[in-house]
Amino acid sequence: MARADSRTKLNRRNFLVGAAVAGAAGTATNIVPPGAAASPAPASPIDQPPRPSALAPTAKIAAAEVAQPQEIKAETGKPGSDFMVDVIKTLDIRYLPCNPASSFRALHESLIDYGGNKQPEFLTCMHEESAVGMAHGYFKVAGKPLLTLCHGTVGLQHAAMGIYNAWCDRVPVLVVGGNDADAAHRPPGVPTFHSAQDINALVRDFTKWDDTPVSVQHFAQSFVRMYKIATTPPYGPVMMSLDAGLQQEPIRETGEKLYIPRFVPSSPPQGDSGAVKEAARLLADAERPVIVVDRAARTANGINLLVKLAEVLQAPVVDQGGRMNFPKTHYLNRPPNVIGQADVIIGMELSDFWGTVNAYVDNGEHGIGVNETKIKPGTKLISINSVELITKSNYQDFQRFQPVDVSMPADAEATLPALIEAVKAAIPADRKAAIAKRGETIRKAYTDGRENVRRNAAIAWDASPISTARLVMETWAQIKDLDWSLVASEGNVSFWPNRLWPMEKHHHWLGRSGGYGVGYGAPASIGAALANRDLGRFSVSIQSDGDLMYAPGVLWTAARHKIPLLAVMHNNRGYHQEVMHVQRLANFRNRVAYLGNDLAPLGTSIQNPDIEYHKMAESMGWWAKGPIKDPADLTPALKEAVAVVKSGQPALLNVWTQPR
Amino acid sequence: MRISIRVALAGIIAALVFENAAALAASAENGKTAYVKHGCWQCHGFLGQGLLVTSNGKVLANSQLPFDVFKKFVRSSNRAMPPYREAVLSDADLADIYAYLQSISKPPDVKSIPLLTP
Repeated sequence: MARADSRTKLNRRNFLVGAAVAGAAGTATNIVPPGAAASPAPASPIDQPPRPSALAPTAKIAAAEVAQPQEIKAETGKPGSDFMVDVIKTLDIRYLPCNPASSFRALHESLIDYGGNKQPEFLTCMHEESAVGMAHGYFKVAGKPLLTLCHGTVGLQHAAMGIYNAWCDRVPVLVVGGNDADAAHRPPGVPTFHSAQDINALVRDFTKWDDTPVSVQHFAQSFVRMYKIATTPPYGPVMMSLDAGLQQEPIRETGEKLYIPRFVPSSPPQGDSGAVKEAARLLADAERPVIVVDRAARTANGINLLVKLAEVLQAPVVDQGGRMNFPKTHYLNRPPNVIGQADVIIGMELSDFWGTVNAYVDNGEHGIGVNETKIKPGTKLISINSVELITKSNYQDFQRFQPVDVSMPADAEATLPALIEAVKAAIPADRKAAIAKRGETIRKAYTDGRENVRRNAAIAWDASPISTARLVMETWAQIKDLDWSLVASEGNVSFWPNRLWPMEKHHHWLGRSGGYGVGYGAPASIGAALANRDLGRFSVSIQSDGDLMYAPGVLWTAARHKIPLLAVMHNNRGYHQEVMHVQRLANFRNRVAYLGNDLAPLGTSIQNPDIEYHKMAESMGWWAKGPIKDPADLTPALKEAVAVVKSGQPALLNVWTQPR
Repeated sequence: MRISIRVALAGIIAALVFENAAALAASAENGKTAYVKHGCWQCHGFLGQGLLVTSNGKVLANSQLPFDVFKKFVRSSNRAMPPYREAVLSDADLADIYAYLQSISKPPDVKSIPLLTP
């Protein structure tokens, strides 16, 4: 990693060391002016003559201030970071959400000056977690990864939770961390605090791959490789530690011609043909097959394929919502309770198969939970899950182990065409009438279920704080005629959008954070809104209060870069999940939960004082209004906000809501 | 044997009458305060509307559940809900809460809400 020579005498390291020495000289104060004779010490402080408020300069500093500065020669030769920009540009990465830092200042400078701030365009972020969250949300709309740069240690520590969410949500993010690796040459003090032997170690447990290139040619190979690995299903974040010196120094002439490897995408892994055939046989012979999907539809075509499979089988589909998998308007879209009736269940890209077929009741005796099966004995289970190919050890995102009858470590969307054909071939002619009849029964249940949902939504319709059903449907009324995209709904609004909005397209619903690391909603919705802006779509988010306060600076980023987004707040004034956890434990222990002056157990409320989110957003360049507590005030506020967003600006409504 | 059955039935009836009398004597206004103070709103909403994730959508407002059944459930629960024993929630407060839930206005007919009409 350490290079054999530093090419120029007046390089960045010498400059910084010089600056550090000058600074140290300035602080080692010598208050006796040069040439002055030492005088006897005064008898007491009172006897001291008044001192000037600004200390006289030392002889060295005084000389430096009047002397003719020595000419500093410009760097010659192509900087390593310019070549890195050449590499990055071959991959058509549109944006670079980033919080600036010295360890990648050379690459930063090359990107904006040599690269013209295009592909990628620098988006100023105020927190590394926000930058990663934006990249996360962007991918789920655009289907293309973004690059983010972060400071080697402290910046990466900030970014870590966002990277973990991306890992659990199977989303590619390209993370490059600047690191001053060369201990013999790096500046002392702060830059050394911010250096490490192996910054990648911090996130190695939840990235698909990482590397530390030691030459610019190595960078070219590794950058193209990391892009390829990140964008091959199962997707995931990748990490590169990039030495500050390698970025900054001119490219050394070694006689070898530098080249940029061509990127060719890898095809996704497909299920084994024998396993596909066995799965098809089980499904075709089933009396009550159920299809369960979480991140099965990577693309819009994934939805079409799932509809085909469901219709061939006339099987209900339970969409767990990791992505928009299945149209909510289709009669085969059913709630999770159909799982209990199944004789064959096929799970596709489930993040938790065990939790799909079992229940955990967090209320057992002796302070531990109770496990219960949700399925009948003998139910056959089929799994298609690409994540099995990248299972790691430390972090437990792989969930509990669930034995299945047919296991395909493969990409579901890539496997579906073969599975559909195999199912068609496996259905005997004499079963077709029974299968069609099954569909009719499900259609009636679907119609009845829709009616029940609407009736439930009417309860507390006029409540204040505003019911989440009302919040969601008032919002819907204002966006329904637009090409809309619900870019984040982490606010736990009882799944009303999924239950009441006619979600059909892949961009209508983007799923959740993946790792449930709170603080995803605001940056991911802004990243997704950025992608939607370029596609001419209208973005709306249900923004929860606690989530916004982790890194609210991302609001400024949206305003600064003119990213239109309608953020409708689900402000229930608490960390509501935690409200219930503490209440639950108090009840278990036969104790009255202490509320202090709040509504909820001490430590779980966000009130006293109430946060004026609308003012906070306004201060960062958003159009905003609130607090809205009366449901009658929602429609006019939403109309104004939608008009603002249509004009290209972000808008926020601070709405006080029921808890969920 | 017949006498002991009669005695038992009389006891049950007396208990039910007593329970329901307690419920009838309860205060909806006090119940609203107790409902918030004891955290019922956390999973059921301020108006007992039921929340899908936290209470499986079970609607408490205007519940047809008799008070004694309601009370037994709250005291022992179905495990998904943490039990509220008497040390945490008094009988009087529980009766008031029941009265509050009974007093909540019935929701509007869904057909009268244009936003919920397909």
